[in-house]
Amino acid sequence: GALSLIAAGSVVADEPAKLVVNGEIEMVTETEAPAHLDAFDTIYSGWTFRTPETRMLQMDDFDNPAMVFVDQAAEAWDTVDGSEGKSCASCHGDVAEGMAGVRAVYPKWNEAAGKVRTLVQQVNDCRETRMGAEPWKYDGGKMVAMESLISVQSRGMPVNVAIDGPAQSTWEQGKDLYYTRFGQLELSCANCHENNYGTMIRADHLSQGQINGFPVYRLKNTKLNTAHARFKGCVRDTRAETFNPGSPEFVALELYVASRGNGLSVEAPSVRN
Amino acid sequence: MSAGLWLALAGGLLGATMAQAEGVVAPSDVVFEDGAVAVSLTGAPGNPENGPDIINKGSGNCIACHQVSALPDLAFQGEIGPPLDGVGDRWSEAQLRGIVANAKMMFDESMMPAFYKTEGFIRLGDEFTGKAHAGEVTPILTAEQVEDVVAYLLTLKD
Ligand code: HEC
Ligand code: HEC
Ligand code: HEC
Repeated sequence: GALSLIAAGSVVADEPAKLVVNGEIEMVTETEAPAHLDAFDTIYSGWTFRTPETRMLQMDDFDNPAMVFVDQAAEAWDTVDGSEGKSCASCHGDVAEGMAGVRAVYPKWNEAAGKVRTLVQQVNDCRETRMGAEPWKYDGGKMVAMESLISVQSRGMPVNVAIDGPAQSTWEQGKDLYYTRFGQLELSCANCHENNYGTMIRADHLSQGQINGFPVYRLKNTKLNTAHARFKGCVRDTRAETFNPGSPEFVALELYVASRGNGLSVEAPSVRN
Repeated sequence: MSAGLWLALAGGLLGATMAQAEGVVAPSDVVFEDGAVAVSLTGAPGNPENGPDIINKGSGNCIACHQVSALPDLAFQGEIGPPLDGVGDRWSEAQLRGIVANAKMMFDESMMPAFYKTEGFIRLGDEFTGKAHAGEVTPILTAEQVEDVVAYLLTLKD
């Protein structure tokens, strides 16, 4: 798959071979697969599979359309909300310090909750239990922007979600889902993203379906998109009844899919067609 | 999970007891032998002229996964399965019917969807809405469409 994927996009002469953001954050877009993954030797970021034009948009924050939303979230970070009169900054201080490295290890086991939490669930937990504020819609605009702002503070760090200890059973549930052939087309995530990455399925160049770049800005719908929204679209395309964003199934799937990308850099917010 | 599965199974049972058009073999009654299906699903020969439409998106969408050189007007031909050029030489009519009806009978674990099957799906959806399927399950292609596309595939000779 690797050769064909490199070849398919290489019509433009000055295409970027390496992803360096703002001339300073060097991203690992291709690296050795994590030990738990037998399917391949090398893992690739979704960035590798996009056209040179789309790839370029991610190389400078001035060109990246997602950054508008990140700026909005930076304002929300400092804005007091809820009955406790607090903002995120009240407890976490400057987002660059308070949230450095956080994205890279999520979804993560939360001892008090007794379950694996996604970043989104953690943010809503802080809103509800610590700020006395209304939770944001799981994949709504405010939340996906905040998820992106938090992710930006980990850009360039390797994804490193834990899959053992108390997280293991959730991880295994996610793995089961990944290999389940859903819907009338009877297709699993693995059918497309493991066995056929690098090939064309209709007009789409299939990637390994990594989520190190999520949330992603899509030129197609001109907004930020969560990993769960992408999962939902992919499951729907098998002519199956989907799961909902934030469902236990998609939380487990997010942990599992994230773990397949352990070692790739946190890239969010990245740009897709 | 179980709700979707249950609906799929219930739908399948309903489908099996439904009156079929005369001479049409119901999806659950199709007999496979070494992955091939000997008799026409409609009891009549197919019309190859309808083949290209069925291969196109919006119908069988074979083109999502296969290339067909004889149909250059169909854009974005996929690369998941082998090109269908020359399949009329490589396979018999009965084998092609079996492959289209349920490729998993010919190729173990195949990624190719079963086009004439109504049972055993996991979380069957209502088309591409993402919602659960309710009621009678129809196969992706009708018996007639299967016969038409098979008749077309037989014309693809090297
Ligand atoms: C029928 C084929 C198919 C199936 C099955 C499928 N996908 Fe996808 N998926 C695609 C296509 C096409 C794209 C867009 C091109 C790409 O990025 O690979 C995509 C994109 C993605 C992306 C975005 C990658 C990026 O870098 O932007 C993720 C994540 C993803 N899929 C995960 C999944 C998961 C998890 C499953 C199973 C629940 C799944 N997919 C099932 C076809 C599929
Ligand atoms: C009143 C204090 C308080 C406020 C306000 C608050 N948080 Fe938190 N936050 C915490 C505490 C305490 C933890 C550790 C919780 C735990 O581990 O269970 C935490 C954990 C987190 C984490 C996970 C960090 C990690 O390393 O796992 C994220 C992400 C987070 N908060 C985001 C936010 C955001 C975004 C807001 C505003 C919308 C916010 N928090 C508001 C107290 C607060
Ligand atoms: C999601 C992908 C997919 C779709 C859609 C699909 N196929 Fe296939 N097809 C395959 C794969 C993969 C193979 C290779 C067999 C295998 O090993 O699984 C195949 C094999 C075949 C073969 C045997 C080819 C040979 O040379 O051996 C024929 C004939 C065929 N398909 C016809 C069709 C027709 C007709 C349709 C539409 C009605 C269709 N396929 C739709 C994936 C697909």
